[in-house]
Amino acid sequence: MATTLADDLRPLHHPHSWVTKYVWSQDHKVIAIQYSVTAIAIGLVALVLSALMRLQLGFPGVFPAIQPDNYLQFVSMHGMIMVVYLLTALLLGGFGNYLIPLMIGARDMVFPFVNMLSYWLYLLSVIVLVAGFFVPGGPTGAGWTLYPPQAISEGTPGHQWGIATMLVSLAIFVAAFTMGGLNYVTTVLQARTKGMTLMRMPLSVWGIFTASVMGLLAFPALFVAAIMMLFDHFAGTSFFMPTMQSMGAVTSTEGGSPLLFQHLFWFFGHPEVYIVALPAFGIVSDLISVHARRNIFGYRMMVWAIVIIGALSFIVWAHHMYVSGMNPYFGFFFATSTLIIAIPTAIKVYNWLLTLWRGDIHLRVPMLFAIAFIFTFIHGGLSGLFLGNVSVDVPLSDTFFVVAHFHMVMGVSPVLVIFGAIYHWYPKITGRMWNETLGKIHFWITFLGVYAIFLPMHYLGILGVPRRYYALGETAFIPQSVHMANEWISIAALVVFAAQSLFFINMIWSLFRGPKADPNPWGAASLEWQTPQTPPAHGNWGPKLPVVYRWAYDYSVPGAPRDFIPQTEPRA
Amino acid sequence: MTILARLAEKSWEPASDRDPHEPGGRPSAGSVGLTVYFAVAGVMFSLLGAAYFMRMGLHAAMGHADDWVSMPDPPLLWINSATLIASSLAWEIGRRASAEGRAARASLAGAALGLCFLIGQWLLWRHYQAAGFYLSSNPANAFFYLLTALHGVHILGGLIAAAWVLAERNPAHLRLCAIYWHFLLFIWILIAALLLST
Repeated sequence: MATTLADDLRPLHHPHSWVTKYVWSQDHKVIAIQYSVTAIAIGLVALVLSALMRLQLGFPGVFPAIQPDNYLQFVSMHGMIMVVYLLTALLLGGFGNYLIPLMIGARDMVFPFVNMLSYWLYLLSVIVLVAGFFVPGGPTGAGWTLYPPQAISEGTPGHQWGIATMLVSLAIFVAAFTMGGLNYVTTVLQARTKGMTLMRMPLSVWGIFTASVMGLLAFPALFVAAIMMLFDHFAGTSFFMPTMQSMGAVTSTEGGSPLLFQHLFWFFGHPEVYIVALPAFGIVSDLISVHARRNIFGYRMMVWAIVIIGALSFIVWAHHMYVSGMNPYFGFFFATSTLIIAIPTAIKVYNWLLTLWRGDIHLRVPMLFAIAFIFTFIHGGLSGLFLGNVSVDVPLSDTFFVVAHFHMVMGVSPVLVIFGAIYHWYPKITGRMWNETLGKIHFWITFLGVYAIFLPMHYLGILGVPRRYYALGETAFIPQSVHMANEWISIAALVVFAAQSLFFINMIWSLFRGPKADPNPWGAASLEWQTPQTPPAHGNWGPKLPVVYRWAYDYSVPGAPRDFIPQTEPRA
Repeated sequence: MTILARLAEKSWEPASDRDPHEPGGRPSAGSVGLTVYFAVAGVMFSLLGAAYFMRMGLHAAMGHADDWVSMPDPPLLWINSATLIASSLAWEIGRRASAEGRAARASLAGAALGLCFLIGQWLLWRHYQAAGFYLSSNPANAFFYLLTALHGVHILGGLIAAAWVLAERNPAHLRLCAIYWHFLLFIWILIAALLLST
């Protein structure tokens, strides 16, 4: 039944049964948890795939069950799941859904029904994706970039049905994301409570908002590319498929442009990096500010940097295509635009460091993860400067240097922020506290572990070790040390893999046995910690919406009775 | 207050606690959401347009034989375009009407004309098929079918929404439907111009 609360013009759909409360729920908090659990579940599949890849690379020949075809399939599925189905879905569908209404003082998303539909379509896309493991030929092994013509040509694993399930799943995902993204953007623009100006929003909301806008503008490229490739695959068109000889016979396709696909794919693919990074930037800013008891340094600059990075990320896509055979003059343009992004990004890094400077730093688990993010992000960013330059990129293309770079910058960094964010908001979401010691052990193994894994990969890449190779074999330019490094990386990866169980044990055990959490355990000023109930009830705010009187970063204000002033506290 | 002035707000200063836009004074969620969706669909169709030109110009540029054969423009294309314009006009009359009955009748006519357009597009496809312009025989054909299919799916979605809105008789939602129809007409004019000019 829809009822209207006195201070809010929109009707609120109160759930009446267990099913409408927890399954077909229109409550943003339930949808957020549904999104997060699904994303983490499919992320675990990708984690297992990475462990299998490392087993093969570290100990080639020891596991006969892993054949070259399987290896390529693991690589492809791991990449696509991590980037799209875990990171995008968790940061926007999970955190976006949970945090936006609570942080801007809304009762829910503006289109709750569409929001619910978004989750169920997302779940469908995940199911279709997983179905790829069970179709004849298995999932696609074309690499996560799915480049034609090889993605749908004979010889590539899963070229018949695996690629089809992947493309259909992506198209469904784009539809799901569009529904969610419309909600996030419209809610931020339209449903902010009284006093919540745009520049009083926490940076988490700014990051998620900008990333949602970018997603809405970038995902159509993936959608179009997926549909066109499905046409090429099933209807015999030649959008992307050139004239080819396969098994000695000329194929029926002719004249298509594989480069066209690459342009479409990376027009989506590069903004995608920032769709994942910007929410992480925003969240990490809030974690650092809260746990350093200091207002974020240069708030306006931080907002502008988020928006500028978002805009610039649409004109750098071809830096993924330096070796694709496109016009060399493009390389000059795209290298320049790529390096310009370093400026707003560096502003953000300096501002995080300056927020820590002379702060009252509490090294709790969320803060540890936030500081670790600064390390990994700087490392990944610096190797990006190498790859952004055409002449340096050409010899490093398709080597492990690239693998190391993007894992540091858009794999490890956002994942560390996600861990930090889960530890940070867990008390609000569940009303319970997790175990500090277990959290710290999880942090240190993960943080040191990722360096043990990815730092040596830079070295392998500079030696010229190619990525996506099932086994290196006996090659003159690959010394014995490479095999030893590979063994070491695999052992480190398996240790980190196993250590993640600590996180799950901690979260699940604390859900039932953890001590009751304080409504605002970290003393945070932003709105989501000021809800009347913990965890927040349906409708979030009780009978009256909160009124906002200040920004979200009033920490350690001189003369204030406490070291933070909530946004809801009127000015004297 | 312009967007730039808003983004320049120094929210940490005590003087900043004036919110010029009370929550009640903002445009409705539906219209904001619809505008954002126009951006999404606009990007999708522009990318297809870019792909169209890239694929079309590819062969001449690379010194290959040109494999792009443009399609003829049958009269049905013009009839369908006129139907969609009439549909949009009917929606506009519905949007401007103050009397509820008149608005509903005009909107119903708009939706019916939209359905006629879809049927017309289907006949156009049949016409091309009969003349031997198959999907896979030429990239120009492939783009034609792809563009019209995606546009048709949007019209179909609009018809479903229109049925819903006509049943609930909410004038605000009827107006949103009308604006959506104008957007689809705009996209169709661009598609038709692309097809006719190449």
